[in-house]
Amino acid sequence: MTAIDPTAHLTAEQIEELGRELDAIRDEVIAGRGEKDAAYIRKVISAQRKLELVSRGVLLFSIFPPAWLIGTAGLSVAKIMDNMEIGHNILHGQWDWMRDPKIHSTTWDWDHVSPAEQWKHSHNELHHTYTNVIGKDNDLGYGIMRVDEDQKWHPFHLGQPLWNFINACFFEYGIAAYDLELGKNLSKRRRKSPEFRARARAVGRKIRKQVLKDYVIHPLLSGPSFPTTLAATFTANLVRNLWTHSVIMCGHFPEGVQVFERRSIRGETRGQWYLRQMMGSANISGSKAMHFMTGNLSHQIEHHLFPDLPSNRYAEVAVKVRALFEKYELDYVTGPLPKQVFSAWHKVFRLSLPNKKPKVKTPKVKTPDREQELVAA
Amino acid sequence: MTSAALRSRAWKMLEMVTTPLLPSDYLDLVSPLRAGADLRGRIEAVHPETSDAATIVIRPGRGWRGHTAGQYVRIGVDVDGVRLWRAYSVTSPTNRQDGRITVTVKAIPDGKVSNHLVRRVKPGTLIQLDQATGDFVLPEAKPAKVLYLTAGSGITPVMGMLRDIEFDDVVMVHSAPQPQDVIFRDDLHALVADKKLRLTELHTDTDGMLDIARLDELVPDWTERETWACGPAGMLDAAEKHWSEHGVQERLHTERFRPSIVVAGDGGEVTFSTTGKTVDADGATPLLDVGEEAGVLMPSGCRMGICFGCVTPLKAGAVRDLRTGEITEAEPGVLIQTCVSAAAGPCDIER
Repeated sequence: MTAIDPTAHLTAEQIEELGRELDAIRDEVIAGRGEKDAAYIRKVISAQRKLELVSRGVLLFSIFPPAWLIGTAGLSVAKIMDNMEIGHNILHGQWDWMRDPKIHSTTWDWDHVSPAEQWKHSHNELHHTYTNVIGKDNDLGYGIMRVDEDQKWHPFHLGQPLWNFINACFFEYGIAAYDLELGKNLSKRRRKSPEFRARARAVGRKIRKQVLKDYVIHPLLSGPSFPTTLAATFTANLVRNLWTHSVIMCGHFPEGVQVFERRSIRGETRGQWYLRQMMGSANISGSKAMHFMTGNLSHQIEHHLFPDLPSNRYAEVAVKVRALFEKYELDYVTGPLPKQVFSAWHKVFRLSLPNKKPKVKTPKVKTPDREQELVAA
Repeated sequence: MTSAALRSRAWKMLEMVTTPLLPSDYLDLVSPLRAGADLRGRIEAVHPETSDAATIVIRPGRGWRGHTAGQYVRIGVDVDGVRLWRAYSVTSPTNRQDGRITVTVKAIPDGKVSNHLVRRVKPGTLIQLDQATGDFVLPEAKPAKVLYLTAGSGITPVMGMLRDIEFDDVVMVHSAPQPQDVIFRDDLHALVADKKLRLTELHTDTDGMLDIARLDELVPDWTERETWACGPAGMLDAAEKHWSEHGVQERLHTERFRPSIVVAGDGGEVTFSTTGKTVDADGATPLLDVGEEAGVLMPSGCRMGICFGCVTPLKAGAVRDLRTGEITEAEPGVLIQTCVSAAAGPCDIER
C-alpha cells in the first residue's frame, strides 16, 4: 500500500463531478446500444460453438500428432472464449438488455466447474461492489495470498508463489472453492449448514458433469485416440486456466494498484465509488486480438467502472475514461501483458516475505475525510 | 425398451457430450426451424399494402401447429438488438399450399415493432413465434348470414376469415380514413366483383366516424347476422352497447388489440403477485426497498445496479430506471433490476 494517497489532490466536489462525467459516458453507451452489439455477441457465440465442435471433431483423430496439435489449440481458444468474452460478460448481465432468454445472465451456464449462480454472487456482487477493500473483497489474494503490505504476514505466506502457481494451473477449481468460500466453511459447524451443503452439492454436480465430458465421454468417443484426446483436453483446460489466471492477476495485482481499508467505504458516494474502481484496477495494453482473448478484461478499469456495459464497447469507452484520468491527474495503470504479469508475480514473491522494516502506521489510501481537509486548509 | 425411452436416453447421452450447453444449442446453428427446436419463423418476403402497412410472409418452423381463421400469433422480433414481442392477426388462409403464414402489420406512430416490420425488416430474418391463439374465430356450424364490422387494421383478422371460408351472405362495413388507407382494398373489391361480398367502405376523413345508429340503414338485417367486429376500442364499445340494447349480444364477437394501455406515471400501486401483497410506492424508492419494507422476500445483491442479483420478472405495468429515467413496460420475459427501478404507475412484480 502506498503511503501517499494518490487522490489526495481532489476535492469532494471534484470527485462528484468526476462521477457525473463517468455517468455521462455510461448513458451515452446505453443510449447507443443496438443491433450491431447484439449481432456482435451472437457472432462470437456462434464462432465459439463452431470452433469447439470442429476442435473436438479433429481430436477424434488426435492419435495423429498434427490433429492433436490443431485440436488442442482450437479447444484451448474455444474454452478461453467461452470463459472470458462470452461467459464472464453474459453473467455480468452485459447482454440482458437484448431480452434474449438464451443470452441472459439468469439462464447462461459456462464451461467451468463453478456454477454460474455461485460465481455471480462472489464475483458480481462481492468483488465488484467491494473492489479491493481488505476484508470485504476476497479477490484480493483469494484468501490464500498476501497481496498488500498491510495484510498480516504469516509463515504460510512463504509458500505463496507455489500456491499461486498451483492455483493458476487448476484455476477453475480454485474459483469453485473460492465461490464456495471453502476455507471459511470448513469448520465443523459451518460444514453442516444445509445452505452450504446445498451449494457444495451444486459444485459437485457441476464438477462431475464437466469431468465426465472432458475426461471420459469425449476420449471414449475418440476410440483408439482415447489417451491422446484425454491429454488434449487436459492440456486445453490447463492452457485456459493459466491464461485466465494471468489475465485476472493483471486486473488488480500489478504494482500501482491501490487497496482500501474497510472503514474507508463507509458512506461512500457514487463519485467515491467510481474513484475506488479507477484506483483499484489495472489494464493490459495490446492489439484487438489481445483484448478479445482477455474477454476485454484488458479494459479492467472500464469494466470495473461499468461492469454491465457490453464488452465490445470498452475500447471506445477507454479513450474517454483515460482522458478523465488525465484531467483529474490520476494514474492510469496499464501495460503490455508480460510486464503486468511480471509485476503481479513480483508482488506475490515480494509479499511472501514479511515487510522489510516494522511498518509505521500510514494513513490508508482512500478519499480521506474531506471536511477535515477543508478545515485544515 | 420403447423407442421413446431409447430416444430420451440417447438425448441424455448427447447432453453429457455438450454440457453445460444443450445439443439444441448446436443444432440451432445449422437448423433453427427444425422439428423440436423452439418455435421460430423466417421472414421470406414483405409486401407493401398501403403507405404504412405491409404483409409479412413467414415460413414457420416445423413445430408450427397451424391456426384457425381469425386467430393471432405472437412474434418476437429483434428491434435495435432488443427482442420485442407483439401479437398480429394471421391474414393467410389456413390451407395455404406452401405452408407459409402471413401477418399484416400497420405501422403505428412510435410503434417500435410495427415500424420495423413495415419499413426496415429484411427477408431472411429469423423471428421467434408462439403458436396461434385467440377465440375470435368462426364457428364450426356455418351461420346463414354474416356481418364483418371493421375499422383500420381491424380488417386483418377478418381478412384471414374471408380468405378461409366462403359464406353465402356476407356483408362488411369497413372504415378507414381515406381510400388509400384501406388495407387489402384490391382484394376486397375483387371479392365484391365476384359477388362473394357486399362491402360498405366508409372514409372517415370525409364521411366522419361510423355512427353505430346508421347500421340500420347500411345493413338493415344486422340483428339477424352473426357479427365479427374488430377495430378501435370506441367502435367496439359502441357496438357492444348497441347489440346488447337490441338483445342480440350473443351474435356479436369482438377482438380488441390492446386490452390495456400502460400509463407511465410517477409511483403507483405495486403488487407482489407471488406473495399476494399490494403496497403504494412513490416514484423514487427502489422496488427492492418497497418489497423488503412490505415483508416480501426479495432477492438482492449489490443494491447499486451492478450485480444483476435482484432481477425479477415484471408481470404488468411500468417501472422507471432510477439512473437513466428510462421506462420499461411489462412484456412476457421482461426482467427488471429491482434495486434501481421504481414504480412508474401501477405494476406487478413476480415475488
